[in-house]
Amino acid sequence: TWRKRRERSRDRHKSRSKESSRSEKSVTINAPPAEPLLGDQSVRGEEVQDDNWGETTTAVTGTSEHSLSQEDIVRISKDLDDSVGLDCKRYLNVALSVILGLVVFLTPLAFLILPHLLWPDRLRACGTACEGLFISVAFKLLILLLAVWALFFRPPRAGLPRIFVFRALLATLVLLFVLSYWLFYGVRILDSQDEDYQGIVQYAVSLVDALLFIHYLAIVLLELRQLQPFFSLCVTRSTDGATQHYNLGQLSIQRAAVVILENYYKDFPVHNPALLTASKSRAAKHLAGLKVYNVDGPGENNAAAGIAQSQSRAMIAAAARRRDSSHNELYYEEAEHERRVRKRRARLVVAVEEAFTHIRRMQEEEQKKAPGDVMDPREAAQAIFPSMARALQKYLRTTRQQHLHSMESIQQHLAFSITNNMTPKAFLESYLTTGPTLQYGKDRWLARQWTLISEASVTSGLKDGTVFLLKCIDFSLVVTTKKIPYIQLAEEFIDPKSHKFMLRLQSETSV
Amino acid sequence: MLTQRIEIHKLWDGDNLILGFSIGGGIDQDPSQNPFSEDKADKGIYVTRVSKGGPAEVAGLRLGDKIMQVNGWDMTMVTHDQARKKLTKKNEDVVRLLVTRRSLEDAVRQSMMQH
Repeated sequence: TWRKRRERSRDRHKSRSKESSRSEKSVTINAPPAEPLLGDQSVRGEEVQDDNWGETTTAVTGTSEHSLSQEDIVRISKDLDDSVGLDCKRYLNVALSVILGLVVFLTPLAFLILPHLLWPDRLRACGTACEGLFISVAFKLLILLLAVWALFFRPPRAGLPRIFVFRALLATLVLLFVLSYWLFYGVRILDSQDEDYQGIVQYAVSLVDALLFIHYLAIVLLELRQLQPFFSLCVTRSTDGATQHYNLGQLSIQRAAVVILENYYKDFPVHNPALLTASKSRAAKHLAGLKVYNVDGPGENNAAAGIAQSQSRAMIAAAARRRDSSHNELYYEEAEHERRVRKRRARLVVAVEEAFTHIRRMQEEEQKKAPGDVMDPREAAQAIFPSMARALQKYLRTTRQQHLHSMESIQQHLAFSITNNMTPKAFLESYLTTGPTLQYGKDRWLARQWTLISEASVTSGLKDGTVFLLKCIDFSLVVTTKKIPYIQLAEEFIDPKSHKFMLRLQSETSV
Repeated sequence: MLTQRIEIHKLWDGDNLILGFSIGGGIDQDPSQNPFSEDKADKGIYVTRVSKGGPAEVAGLRLGDKIMQVNGWDMTMVTHDQARKKLTKKNEDVVRLLVTRRSLEDAVRQSMMQH
């Protein structure tokens, strides 16, 4: 600790010498970092590593606490709402589709069976041809059943705000189709009690064929059409600017939003509000330095708006004119932070490597010989964890990730690494780099909190220049669409015999 | 572009007429190898060697001069062999060269600055 004290006094001295010329700046005081156990910290939630606690408590800790508590409330209320509303919609959808499916499947069978029930004596028995048609009806119905199960009866991956237009259209088409077949059947066959049973069987076969074709149409509309990439979507997170690009086909806005969110969970680094406090404190300091005085006195109500406008303009002008050296502070702060992170990382890597050398995997024969000191992975992890705990905790606090990892999760990950023969470097990888959101616990996912904000209707298709927002609780994803350019390829033929070379000349001639 | 006119009288050396210098460059040559040119893409004819006491040195030709014209013929866009031919015509015994050299420009600029 004596080294830390010296470091701290050096920082203080440096900051004071920098700021001696400017009286308006604050003096940075490095508060001695408290070091509780990791367990306590996870309970407390977000601990802000704040150097300027004397000046900026209201600006910095206020927002982070506020957002966390709001997050909790919203999450609880949303969970209550969604568990009721979503299930209702989903059950309705499932019920409707099951009813439609039953109607569709039983119709051909009904067509075949009804004549036998209603006018069995008048029916002309048909021989092998009919039996062949029966077999084909049976197999086609089986294929249709499997195909519908494969395409439609999958667990839904998302709950969309509006109905899925193509599915609704297809369902309507199938319903109309089946109804028209029933109408024809009812009028021409039931009423007139047709005796030609073969004709009836062929009619049923044609219905099943047409259903298979409708299923083909469903595959093309629902699955194949959007496979060919047509638009390139640029997704930017509003808080820290992380950007990704995705190529999608012709989809409606709500379906594109689902695809983007599925990719968001694996591509974007996890949202960390603790990393944004620095810029917020800088912004607060900009405004805190200026004070506006109204020398014209009170009582000018009509011109209040005009005065407010001129006041804000005066503030902007003054802010632009004053010699603001916050860029200098930012540079030194970032350099210092970088140095600190690297030092802590070096200590962490060494501690973990050393910890891993303390345990060794037992071979089969050894297990039988010495059953005394045998530990399972969980116990082994708990045994070596204390030697690296302090270094790991300090590193996480420096990089502001301590709220993403609880002690339990770290021990679990350690046991997992030991079981799978991972090296210390492989174990540390998930702590040294911020991974995608899926890597962290389920409470970070907030998968039910997304709102789609769009000026165009969400069931309309994507167009070049469409912009929509996907809002989560404290950040949002801004999505812009661009059409993938039409590529015109030209061809140029090179004769393989045309590759010829010659030496470069540098001759000198005397004259 | 400052130029200087140089008149060289050819000398009989056995049964050849010589001028006493060597040339390099040409539009069929590699200009990046030229040590005398300022612009390494310049494919003009440069003087690469001046023999001591020869007619060229006596007439005032210097190492590194760029030959712009020979007896009125342009030398800035010719092949190496064409340049050689223009300089070694058997029926001429005087060649009038129009040359340019960096030191000329420097000298004039210096004298202009002094005034």
